[in-house]
Amino acid sequence: MFYREAGDFKTSYRDDGQTFPIKLDRWGYYAILAVAFLVVPLVIDSYWANAVLVPFLIYAIAALGLNILTGYAGQVSLGTGGFMAVGAYAVYKLMVAFPGVPIVVHIILAGAITAVVGMLFGLPSLRIKGFYLAVATLAAQFFLVWLFNKVPWFYNYSASGQINAPERTILGWAVTGPATSASAKYLICLCFAVGLAWMARNLTRGSVGRKWMAIRDMDIAAEIIGVNPLTAKLSAFAVSSFFVGIAGALLFSVYLGAAEASEAFGINKSFLVLFMIIIGGLGSIFGSFAGAAFLVLLPVLLKNVLVAQFGWPTDLAAHIELMIVGALIVFFLIVEPHGLARLWALTKEKLRLWPFPH
Amino acid sequence: MKLKLATVALGAVMAAAPAMADLVVPNLSYRTGPYGANGTQYADGFNDYFTLLNERDGGIGGEKIRTPECETAYNTEKGVECYEATKGSGALVYNPLSTGITYQLIPKVAADKIPLYTPGYGRTSAKNGKVFEWVFNAPANYWDGASVAIKYLLDQNGGSLEGKKIALVYHNSAYGKEPIRTLQELGKKHGFTLTELPVDPPGQEQKSQWLQIRRDKPDYVLMWGWGVMNQTAIQEAANIRFPMENFIGTYWSGSEVDVKPVGAGANGYKALTFHGVGMDYPIYEDMKKHVIDPGKASQGGQFVGSVLYSRGMYAGVVIAEAIKKAQELAGTSQITAAQLRDGFEALDITPERLAELGLPDFGPEIKMSCDNHGGSGMARLQQWDASAGKWTLITDFTQPDQDVLDPLILEDSEAYAKEAGISPRC
Repeated sequence: MFYREAGDFKTSYRDDGQTFPIKLDRWGYYAILAVAFLVVPLVIDSYWANAVLVPFLIYAIAALGLNILTGYAGQVSLGTGGFMAVGAYAVYKLMVAFPGVPIVVHIILAGAITAVVGMLFGLPSLRIKGFYLAVATLAAQFFLVWLFNKVPWFYNYSASGQINAPERTILGWAVTGPATSASAKYLICLCFAVGLAWMARNLTRGSVGRKWMAIRDMDIAAEIIGVNPLTAKLSAFAVSSFFVGIAGALLFSVYLGAAEASEAFGINKSFLVLFMIIIGGLGSIFGSFAGAAFLVLLPVLLKNVLVAQFGWPTDLAAHIELMIVGALIVFFLIVEPHGLARLWALTKEKLRLWPFPH
Repeated sequence: MKLKLATVALGAVMAAAPAMADLVVPNLSYRTGPYGANGTQYADGFNDYFTLLNERDGGIGGEKIRTPECETAYNTEKGVECYEATKGSGALVYNPLSTGITYQLIPKVAADKIPLYTPGYGRTSAKNGKVFEWVFNAPANYWDGASVAIKYLLDQNGGSLEGKKIALVYHNSAYGKEPIRTLQELGKKHGFTLTELPVDPPGQEQKSQWLQIRRDKPDYVLMWGWGVMNQTAIQEAANIRFPMENFIGTYWSGSEVDVKPVGAGANGYKALTFHGVGMDYPIYEDMKKHVIDPGKASQGGQFVGSVLYSRGMYAGVVIAEAIKKAQELAGTSQITAAQLRDGFEALDITPERLAELGLPDFGPEIKMSCDNHGGSGMARLQQWDASAGKWTLITDFTQPDQDVLDPLILEDSEAYAKEAGISPRC
């Protein structure tokens, strides 16, 4: 009833292989994009941008990155916070050193620098896997944060070790710095999120992604059928770190505007992004967005409901909020261990058959 | 489902936007997490002073003050969210009690034109009002504190610290790193060597730092700690039998919650402060009558009179005086944030005025101007008496070494001005 698929025939392989094979889904996708690009920027205020949408989009990018590594290539990583720090400090150094270069170039370069660092820390994955690799990436997390605290060159010798994003513009619109309008902040993050999600989707359904998934499912079998584990694993680390680096660069330059390594990019961040992809769904683009939405929006929503709506004391609300989010995580994982993406897929199956399930 | 959630969210946000009648002073507090034990007392003092003004005087100039709270958990991202959530409600001034959040807010408040008041924390060079138009950090800042502590040690050693070893145990964050540059300069001037011992936040793990102190045997240990780090450090110091009278904490490492868990071992520990402590002030009679006895105290008034409660109350006093000044200058009681900034710049809290408020000799004189946003910078020392269970003030208000501090402040603020593209005013 919701899905009217009668007459929706595919006449070419290209049609059959597209991301949204069902017409209604495709229209829904275009509608969401249209609203996100054309309607939201007109109505967004700074609260919605800074507290809700910008962090959601940035964490979605980070979750996409980690999902490529963990969900698609099967390499567990606890170094996400550290790699985000690389992106943040790289974009800071670039912004300050080359003020004339457009900020978008800096952000992409910061992603590229993070990709190189990620590949370096991905080298142990060639010999170890599973929990052992998780510990090796944990070392990356601690080492990188320590490095950015220890070496004053990274924070331009400022007295407090903080880095501050100077103002940079795109076509005359400020996108970093305090004068940035809410819609500019939102739009730059949205462009990166949509672009990177598109890239991730196409990488993962092409030969590169199939190699990653082959390595994930059984590395020895993959090697026998001709997948080179060296290039497959390192490319997964590189692409994943590229995404995570861009997320870190945006988090620092567009969202926060000032950051310090141990506070903004600590181990908590690594866990947060890991939880996002576990709750959202490993190996799913939609899951990355759903997981980020769940862990970014839910606490804000609960806080608003409990404090503003019910007038509870802030400390009580903060504690209850932790309990509710924790309970919901457990609930969702019991109901659907494969995450929100799988829950959505099942719902869609049911909707397609509704009202005549067989 | 999604639609329903969105409607609830929208409703919640709508409800968060209140009526614009009163003067709004948001209280970005934290009562949870590793810093919650300290943050909660400060927030109580802050709330209670404004409750007192509302109950006793009917507000300031006839305008009631509201202090809507928002929990930041000492986390910069939540701090930003709280700032955005409250700034639309006509917020007059922010006091986030976090150096990290302060750094986030400094550029934002300049763009939104809302004053930021950071007594004893935040960015030290914000004292230079020529560059930091919207930030105020009177009566004292981190560098003042570092200098006052060294001055005290000079007094103890007959005016010379030549060849002494001083260790700095600090919270490895923007907050803890603040005093390093000053202490290095002072070390050059007075001939002591400085050992820097960073402690990673939140700071429950300090064994290696204190092992190093045990090995190096510094003459004095200074500490820039906050939250759970303080009690851990004091416990570790007691464990290695470091003489407590040679251990000096900064403003934020000297409250009851920091020393009480260590028991008798903490006896003699010293800390900096920029205000009085205890309940021997006339204001507490009014506080009892109008706030505590009627049951209007924040959290039931369980921390009244503690160090951090007093500090939160003191922040409230300064903000209230600035509002009053701004009302006088603007000729209206319904002031805006920009008018409050003028009030801060014209602020002059004399000792007589403090006595009038029921807080004689509680804090130093605060006199601010267009170029001085930091007041005199005077601070004093207090010492913990474990058997009596209270802090005793052991020095008078002392002037910091402005010859050393002024060039440092100028240098740091000019670097910021260059980075942010600000041309100095005044």
